Amino acid sequence: MAGIRTRQEVFFNRAAIAGVMVALFIMLVPIYWITSTAFKPRNLATTIPPTVIFTPEISPFVKLFTKRSQLRDPVSQEIYDAAPWWEQMVFDGGQKVVRSNKGVVRRSGYGQRFVNSLIIAITSTFLAVSMGTLTAYGFSRFKVKGEDDWMFFILSTRMLPPVVVAIPMFLMYRLVGLHDTHIGLIILYTAFNLSFSVWLMKGFIDEIPREYEEAALVDGYTRMQAFFKIVLPEAMTGIAATAVFCFITAWNEYAFALIMTNRRAQTAPPFIPSQIGSGLPDWTVIAAGTFLFLLPVAIFTFLLRNHLLRGMSFGAIRK
Amino acid sequence: MAQIELKNVQKFFGPVQVIKDMNLTINDGEFVVMLGQSGCGKTTTLRAIAGLETVTSGEIFIDGVAVHEKKAADRDIAFVFQSFSLYPHMNVYENIAFPLRAVGMSNAERDKAVKEVAEILQITALLDRRPSALAGGDMQRVAIGRALVRRPKALLMDEPIGALDAKLREEMRSEIKRLHISRGSTSVYVTHDQIEAMSLADRIVIMHDGLLQQIGAPDEVYLKPANLFVAEFVGSPVMNVADVVLETSGGQTRVRLGRGDAGFHFPAGLTNHLRETGAGIALGIRPEAVSLQHDAKDGYIPVETTNIEPLGSHDIVDIRLGDISLRARTESGFVSGEGQQVWVKIDPAQAHFFDRSSGLALRGQS
Ligand SMILES: Nc1ncnc2c1ncn2[C@@H]1O[C@H](COP(=O)(O)OP(=O)(O)O)[C@@H](O)[C@H]1O
Ligand SMILES: [Mg+2]
Repeated sequence: MAGIRTRQEVFFNRAAIAGVMVALFIMLVPIYWITSTAFKPRNLATTIPPTVIFTPEISPFVKLFTKRSQLRDPVSQEIYDAAPWWEQMVFDGGQKVVRSNKGVVRRSGYGQRFVNSLIIAITSTFLAVSMGTLTAYGFSRFKVKGEDDWMFFILSTRMLPPVVVAIPMFLMYRLVGLHDTHIGLIILYTAFNLSFSVWLMKGFIDEIPREYEEAALVDGYTRMQAFFKIVLPEAMTGIAATAVFCFITAWNEYAFALIMTNRRAQTAPPFIPSQIGSGLPDWTVIAAGTFLFLLPVAIFTFLLRNHLLRGMSFGAIRK
Repeated sequence: MAQIELKNVQKFFGPVQVIKDMNLTINDGEFVVMLGQSGCGKTTTLRAIAGLETVTSGEIFIDGVAVHEKKAADRDIAFVFQSFSLYPHMNVYENIAFPLRAVGMSNAERDKAVKEVAEILQITALLDRRPSALAGGDMQRVAIGRALVRRPKALLMDEPIGALDAKLREEMRSEIKRLHISRGSTSVYVTHDQIEAMSLADRIVIMHDGLLQQIGAPDEVYLKPANLFVAEFVGSPVMNVADVVLETSGGQTRVRLGRGDAGFHFPAGLTNHLRETGAGIALGIRPEAVSLQHDAKDGYIPVETTNIEPLGSHDIVDIRLGDISLRARTESGFVSGEGQQVWVKIDPAQAHFFDRSSGLALRGQS
């Protein structure tokens, strides 16, 4: 509308923009803080007031991916000269590198933990969303005896704070050998996300008119085909929204990961704090680990942004 | 193309009976319109034929083959929904091609079939569009195209043009008729609009409360309504219905309306078959069979006008006759206002008599 706006409208419009700016600022500051710290030299990480202008360097990332311990004496010149650039960078920071048979530098566990996080979050998201979608479809389209009770039961699995069951779960997992396994965490996160996924997807599928499937049914398709060819494409928005939420939950989960895993299947969240180092805490390494950890969620959300935007306003707009 | 037969079909939703003992045969190539008020079970009947709804009891045959146990996909019937139900994530071409993808068919054949249907429906220019970018009439054309492309045994349409505005409805009505004549497909069409029903149907099936009321050609249900419901449902303006008392003397019958003394003379031949059943007899007379005069004439009764509805081509005049009210159709401007005295007569040949208790038409041998 290109009409003339009243003074009041202009005022409210500006106030709204100002409000959004303030909210955005508040939300972006921690992200800026982490990102800048990830590229700071160690001595600038904890200055008061915070250092805003500095020459960025990648030594925090090098430290993140290597194993190191505090150096007592300066490293000898021959070793320093023979070392590759990233090792020299670590030595410059006043640290020595643990020796191993393979070489001077040993890789830290971060890469493996990151891959674990990806495997576990993606798999459990896929399982939770696909099972949730099928379940929601069943509840939405068929007469289920005691439907309301079942839906409530599904929701009720989320009513207890998960940490409450952590200890019994830990004991059971140890008993059946799921402790410190990828499968173990995948099952846990899938179960945890499933109720959410069912409820969210039911809302979306309820909004898809049955006539779409019925048209496919009379046109010679089976219900299964109708589901895949008609319902699934129509539910894409809901699936994207549900997937993002499930992914974020599984990706960020800390408590269970800390308790249920220690090495092989450990995810990034419990690993990052363990890199704080001995002696004086090295916040740049933590920041580097956190910065990398933020990226997948950001990318995932960015890729699905169009679906998400539609998903957020779903049901709010009526034709 | 096929014949469809319903035998003793009943449908319950929980305790509610929506279809009551329906028997109906739809002939090959016939265009049958199911007409009834909303909620009378038309959609449910249509969905039962298509296989989208199971029947509680009874049988459905298509070409003599029992199909009521078969899945919708196996009945080879097409359905046009009231809401059009075009798939939003496919363009028009894909929407029309979709039923063909269910059966194995070469790409070239499929393409040819889609283009051919698009040609007939004049939507060739729209093939690349998304359904959301179509106007209402075009959406309906696409929906019909999707139904026809497969050359199904029968075409079922559930109020397919009910969502369009009046002008488009008229246009689509004649288009559907044209299409039916050129394709000759067995069609069942559901509507609550009697003008649609009258203009499209070979035969009209009138339903009320899940019960079949009358099956017949449009002029048949109009001229010979089987019962009071049909009489009052079909025709606009609505047929006048009044309780009457008959007094026969000599070769003449006096038909008295309401509690007044005034009566119309009918030839005895037209009323001989009427018997008092206790509950009384109702007279049905369409407004066009009620004639008005400005002056007293033989057989006419003086009455007063109470309301005039000028409709352009003609007027509908309400008159008060004793304690009852009748509506008459006159040429426009015939009566200038309310409260005028005019003389009224009804045409005995166009009068219908009904049994008040059963509602059934009472008809002579003629
Ligand atoms: N799935 C259903 N469950 C329960 N009642 C239904 C269902 N479908 C239709 N009905 C009821 O059956 C009656 C007939 O509906 P319908 O066949 O849609 O009528 P029409 O198409 O003539 O308007 C209505 O009273 C409606 O409420
Ligand atoms: Mg209906």
